[in-house]
Amino acid sequence: MFGAGGGTSSYQEIEETDVILLWGSNARDTHPIFFHHLLVGVHAGARLFVIDPRRTSSAQWADAWLGLDVGSDIALASTMAREIIHSGLHNRAFIERATEGFRDYAASVEPFTLEEGERLTGVPAEAIREAAHAFARADRAMICWTLGITEHHNAVDNVLALINLGLLTGHVGRYGSGLNPLRGQNNVQGGGDMGAIPNKLPGFQDIERDVEARAHFEAAWGVPLDPHRGWHLTQMFEGMERGELRTLYVIGENPAASEADVRRARRLLGGLDFLVVQDIFMTQTAEMADIVFPSSASWCESEGTVTNSERRVQRVRRALDPPSDARDDMWILTELARRLGHDWGAPTAEEVWDELRSLSPMHRGMSYRRLEELGGLQWPCPDEQHPGSLFLHGRLWLEPREGPPAPFSVVEHRPPFEALDAEFPIRLTTGRRLESYNTGVQSGRFRSPLHKGGAICLSPEDAERLLLEDAEIVRVSSRRGTVEAPVRIDPGLRSGLAFMTFHFPGEVDTNVLTIDATDPRSGTAEFKAAAIRIEKIVRRASDGSAKVGEPAPALGR
Amino acid sequence: MGEMQHLTARRMVDLEIDGEPVRVLEGSTILDACRGLGIDTPTLCYGETLRPANVCRVCVVELEGARVLAPACSRKVEPGMKVRTDSERVRHSRKLVLELLSSSVDLSTTPAAAGYLERYGAEPERHGPPAPADPGRDRRRAGHHEEPDGQTAATAASPIKIDNELYVRDYSKCILCYKCVDVCGEQHQNTFAIAVAGRGFDARISTEYVAPLPESACVYCGNCIAVCPTGALMFTSEHELRAEGVWDEARQERTDTICPYCGVGCNLTLHVQDNRIVKVTSPDDHDITRGNLCVKGRFGVQHVNARGR
Repeated sequence: MFGAGGGTSSYQEIEETDVILLWGSNARDTHPIFFHHLLVGVHAGARLFVIDPRRTSSAQWADAWLGLDVGSDIALASTMAREIIHSGLHNRAFIERATEGFRDYAASVEPFTLEEGERLTGVPAEAIREAAHAFARADRAMICWTLGITEHHNAVDNVLALINLGLLTGHVGRYGSGLNPLRGQNNVQGGGDMGAIPNKLPGFQDIERDVEARAHFEAAWGVPLDPHRGWHLTQMFEGMERGELRTLYVIGENPAASEADVRRARRLLGGLDFLVVQDIFMTQTAEMADIVFPSSASWCESEGTVTNSERRVQRVRRALDPPSDARDDMWILTELARRLGHDWGAPTAEEVWDELRSLSPMHRGMSYRRLEELGGLQWPCPDEQHPGSLFLHGRLWLEPREGPPAPFSVVEHRPPFEALDAEFPIRLTTGRRLESYNTGVQSGRFRSPLHKGGAICLSPEDAERLLLEDAEIVRVSSRRGTVEAPVRIDPGLRSGLAFMTFHFPGEVDTNVLTIDATDPRSGTAEFKAAAIRIEKIVRRASDGSAKVGEPAPALGR
Repeated sequence: MGEMQHLTARRMVDLEIDGEPVRVLEGSTILDACRGLGIDTPTLCYGETLRPANVCRVCVVELEGARVLAPACSRKVEPGMKVRTDSERVRHSRKLVLELLSSSVDLSTTPAAAGYLERYGAEPERHGPPAPADPGRDRRRAGHHEEPDGQTAATAASPIKIDNELYVRDYSKCILCYKCVDVCGEQHQNTFAIAVAGRGFDARISTEYVAPLPESACVYCGNCIAVCPTGALMFTSEHELRAEGVWDEARQERTDTICPYCGVGCNLTLHVQDNRIVKVTSPDDHDITRGNLCVKGRFGVQHVNARGR
């Protein structure tokens, strides 16, 4: 946010806030221990608004559930913003001192009356008004979001729309007020910290614009660095399509199962000249590889650090000996470098970390000793006397303000890439369940009574209209492909909305259906919005009378 | 920062424990003060992450001028308080509590029980041989309790419940400390899968309508296992290793690391025996988890055991 790639607040703050907007997140199931902190806040009196197309287990804890149509987040945020401005509830002093671009932003949300908001989002005007007023009037308020915001073709605009709400009300940069993406994977924040972003060096230093930082790295490593940004995942697949990317080295990722429009992904991976996969299991992607490097599990067979959703860097430690053929990730990388003619020696995890500290100012104060003594430290932590940072952007509240103003962004409501039509009349959205995780590489290997397998979840209304029963196998099709899946009736879904996970790709290959329309800036595909059709499968009776694949009755909307 | 101000704003309280003067922060319990002096106070229902339930009474102490004994785990210190932790009354009361518990409940997997029984000279066998287990205990209703025969010791014995692959419930070992109910309920997990059913000696922990766990509201976070003081709730892995006679805590290493799943960054303590993860806990004093995990962190880490070894 405003240049810092991380959530602004700490978990403890949500226990002491007054209003929580949980937006595009089912944290009860996907971030259960964060939700513990949230519930402490709710029990202490915080009002919770859950904004999600599905009436999720998180929504069951909410004062109000705003069940918006998939992909109408910006329209909802803009409607809330207009209502806040027209009611005089925006924080004029904060806007004046700490932000820029308010006038253009205010003009951009002007068309979003409550009535227009209701029309665009499906959320009753009164509910939008109530959420807007509660958020703006609160002494402390937080917005937390997950992939419901970012897995869209306009992901960056969605995030900017939420940041705008924070700036409009001054709900950022103070204890108990903040803007927080809940990270989906245990070290996705750490990946960003370490520069696994096309245009960033470690510590979020811009490789194109920050010449001084680049020079530091060049001096430390003794090599000139390519001053241009690299590709993100989506651009890599586009590069494969054009034949420009011929060799791929995949570490701890399973794109052959996890990519949207996965048939295309498999075709492109299969067409590479050379595919290397480094993983702890023989994943679907590893099955396609020319070379597989079996690696140790980074979180329990190796030493190192990870960064969580509150920017806290914590130690991971070796508790187990890896299987005999597996090697530490770092050993594999240094050995590879050696064979390519670069002797990097055999550094310990701590030595690598200390090099990072010497080059990334925000991590400088985080010695291994301090990380162990303090149970982790939150960046920025510029020196060894610094206690770490509970929240970010406190500077916006200084008088006079320090540093540049935080910009409002004018964003446009653009519905999902794939509109519904007569042929594909149902909106498919995807997500996670409590007991599972991504493509099931890890979570598929423990026995849990909660594992229910792959399915297509439908509202009771749609199931009835399509003459479908619970557990009945149906054919689900999008413009990209077809899968068969059992029906699961979910009263948390509204008519016209279906839900699937991709935890069980061996049973139901959900990503055959999803669309790879991506936000060109973030490279994130629109996993949350595909158009599908559902057909009843009528099995041939013994006398051969029934037709196979009889089309389902049309779903009128 | 806020916490520092809070701490410095608290006053100190002077009191006396077993004749020794002691000064502790206001708001501390007698148990905190005893620990500060190195006095080993037995506890069973007390949990670091839970509000005191005050039910087991094994931590009671004598307060000068008070008519009844006070539970050290919940009673706050007061200026001038004179506490006795090892008086005749205290020893007698602790002995009786331990005797009644161990005559009716299987304390064989309660870590400190044997030491406490010995220290206080408890003789559970004087209450008679244990009565046979009652397979219908789960269904007993209030008011249907049968008179004891006076010859055998009534027990909480009931068949072990093995109805899922992640953890087992052996309520023959349950002392009704309420910790599992409190952690499953509003103090942490907010799932409310279990509660106390029945009354009096028939009281027991139960799911709704005694449903097997897979049909109950349970989400398998295992936070109840983490707080259970007696081993009534146990990882299936631990239960099986104990049954094979190979469970050996002396050979286990505990290593703290971070959960491999979502981005919350929960701290896991991996209990490893023979290079296998046999149990997972989380530190009570870490402010991310406060000892709690979800099903993935608690049980979903078995995949590393499953790797082609």
